[in-house]
Amino acid sequence: MRNAITVCFRLKIDTLPKKNQTLSLKVVVSRSFADFTPQATFDIKKCDLHRLEEGPPLKAELTRDQGLQYYRTMQTVRRMELKADQLYKQKIIRGFCHLYDGQEACAAGIEASINPTDHLITAYRAHGYTYTRGVSIKEILAELTGRKGGVAKGKGGSMHMYAPHFYGGNGIVGAQVPLGAGIALACQYQGNNQLCVTLYGDGAANQGQLFESFNMAALWKLPCIFICENNKYGMGTSVERASASIDYYKRGDFIPGIRVDGMDVLCVREATKFAADHCRSGKGPIVMELQTYRYHGHSMSDPGVSYRTREEIQEVRTKSDPISMLKERMLSNNMASVEEFKEIDVDIRKQVEEAAQFATSDPEPPLEDLCNHIFYNNPPLEVRGTNPWSKLKSVS
Amino acid sequence: SPLFHKFLKEALNKVPKDKCVTVRDALNQAMDEELERDERVFLLGEEVAQYDGAYKVSRGLWKKYGDKRIIDTPISEMGFAGIAVGAAMAGLRPICEFMTFNFSMQAIDQVINSAAKTCYMSAGLQAVPIVFRGPNGASAGVAAQHSQCFAAWYAHCPGLKVVSPWNSEDAKGLLKSSIRDDNPVVFLENELLYGVPFEMSEEAQSKDFTIPIGKAKVERAGSHITLVSHSRYVGHCLDAAAVLAKEGIECEVINLRTIRPMDVESIEASVMKTNHLVTVEGGWPQFGVGAEICARIMEGSAFNYLDSPVTRVTGVDIPMPYAKILEDHSLPQIKDIIFSVKKTLNV
Repeated sequence: MRNAITVCFRLKIDTLPKKNQTLSLKVVVSRSFADFTPQATFDIKKCDLHRLEEGPPLKAELTRDQGLQYYRTMQTVRRMELKADQLYKQKIIRGFCHLYDGQEACAAGIEASINPTDHLITAYRAHGYTYTRGVSIKEILAELTGRKGGVAKGKGGSMHMYAPHFYGGNGIVGAQVPLGAGIALACQYQGNNQLCVTLYGDGAANQGQLFESFNMAALWKLPCIFICENNKYGMGTSVERASASIDYYKRGDFIPGIRVDGMDVLCVREATKFAADHCRSGKGPIVMELQTYRYHGHSMSDPGVSYRTREEIQEVRTKSDPISMLKERMLSNNMASVEEFKEIDVDIRKQVEEAAQFATSDPEPPLEDLCNHIFYNNPPLEVRGTNPWSKLKSVS
Repeated sequence: SPLFHKFLKEALNKVPKDKCVTVRDALNQAMDEELERDERVFLLGEEVAQYDGAYKVSRGLWKKYGDKRIIDTPISEMGFAGIAVGAAMAGLRPICEFMTFNFSMQAIDQVINSAAKTCYMSAGLQAVPIVFRGPNGASAGVAAQHSQCFAAWYAHCPGLKVVSPWNSEDAKGLLKSSIRDDNPVVFLENELLYGVPFEMSEEAQSKDFTIPIGKAKVERAGSHITLVSHSRYVGHCLDAAAVLAKEGIECEVINLRTIRPMDVESIEASVMKTNHLVTVEGGWPQFGVGAEICARIMEGSAFNYLDSPVTRVTGVDIPMPYAKILEDHSLPQIKDIIFSVKKTLNV
């Protein structure tokens, strides 16, 4: 039955034990899971191809569970980033804060198509990936607020969060790309059939070290998926003003490339699966361009409206929001109910709120930690403080 | 008698033999031994494989270990240094060769921002066990762009260890320690020393011979003045000390071996004995190794033992010229050290 059957009943007061004698109205959704479509196939946009005969499939299958999981992931990232925005405006987060809202389908789609044992590295707009790679909301927000419960104990901040098989979080534009190629080299060297997803933006796409990396990755057939998250603006500079060629999927020249709708999580997933198969089969690297959009400015200090119009931002929000698109797909195919999504939203809101609570109440790192972790696996050493009498201690 | 000669011969055979090994061969041995010991160790850089190394330091390694472990790179310092750092992050132990450290400037962001700072930024979650090695400082006739000493630049940065060997034992023992260290090490060699043979004790010839990073060595004991140096100029100091000894001035010569962390305690202990200090380096004077030693001595317990200010002997504060006569006068000569010692001692 398509319509929800809801059964309301008022609990009779006199039948309840004394302590429970409060009026309550219980709404029970009596639809069982058997009423939902367990799986559906969706048409996805065709990818533009460079040096490839065939590309990713034009249809994507989605199970109910997958859909709810992708929704949850993207909504969590969305709410976490909006919470970070709030905390930044309250001056509880300082320094750089580059938010990812709008681009959630990229992180969610990529994670859905690779293994936890694969590797991933990105630039400074990293909170989404930090989450998809396994770090809790709590540890991310506490790192942003510079507390000892942060994933890097407050030592790193927004751009320097790490996890197993996740190499940050890198502040120098483009520097992460050779690093990613090196991680791929390690995968090849160790013969473990793992690969490295190496992300960069449309701004970084013009860095020389990228082309050095492309050359070596192709020469040595490194299992590296180079992914350009093209959100149309490198800080305040539009792609047309920065690049002689804005076909970022072609910039690998001799490396095959795919241009992907980065607002559609299924498109991202299928394209990344395709790319992963390419790498794992020993064909070498591949370039993917994800066409995406960020709602916020470059960072919290950029209102984001001096180089683009509010109308443009609003149009993307209404027509291409990745979370809305997935939700509508699932609803119109009867894969889930409105209430279910609401429940998920409520749960996520609660989790983010709790994480923010932690992030604002956890203490800052102790001063004793100031000089620690300079080296790894090293005997303790003395570190000079601000003056000659200040002799500080560093342990690994 | 024949029996006595036989007995003598046998006795002499039991005495440990010091062997003469060039710095180049010592470095080669170190890498060979570490490549054999740990399969995660590999070497990459320009011409390191099939060419046997631009300066032949990696001679024979590609033949022995093959393409997987000895990797020729294109001329892409920033790219291959970054690749090396990434490989280190993902569990390997790369040796990244810069043909000279002058070219490391192309890649210096990867050395500092990706390698040196990462352990700290990640609060110990992400180690970077990498060695950056290659010739540093002046060579002969290679002019300004190929002659800079980078000891001060790299030693400025927390998160790096900076090592500067002088002789073959230093080269082998320190390179092995650097490769075994779980942190980024900048290993500054000297092209002019590659071909120089030094005696290497039997102990130093063993596969387990390492020299600890961060400890200086007193190469020559003395009582009148302390000379502190690193790399090639240790030899100059010893030569100067030999000349000065004939005039009754006994120099204590300290070989720093490591620039960062600097073994200030050894310098202080020596200064407290001799009361005079001269630093000798090939690099430029401003903000250099000698400048740092002066500052540290002033801040520490040895200051009160100085009978005169510390003297720095350095390269001349100019880009390196080409003509031989000019080049010779751009770097400390033995006579400059002797002159400075006498001025410091006021004799």
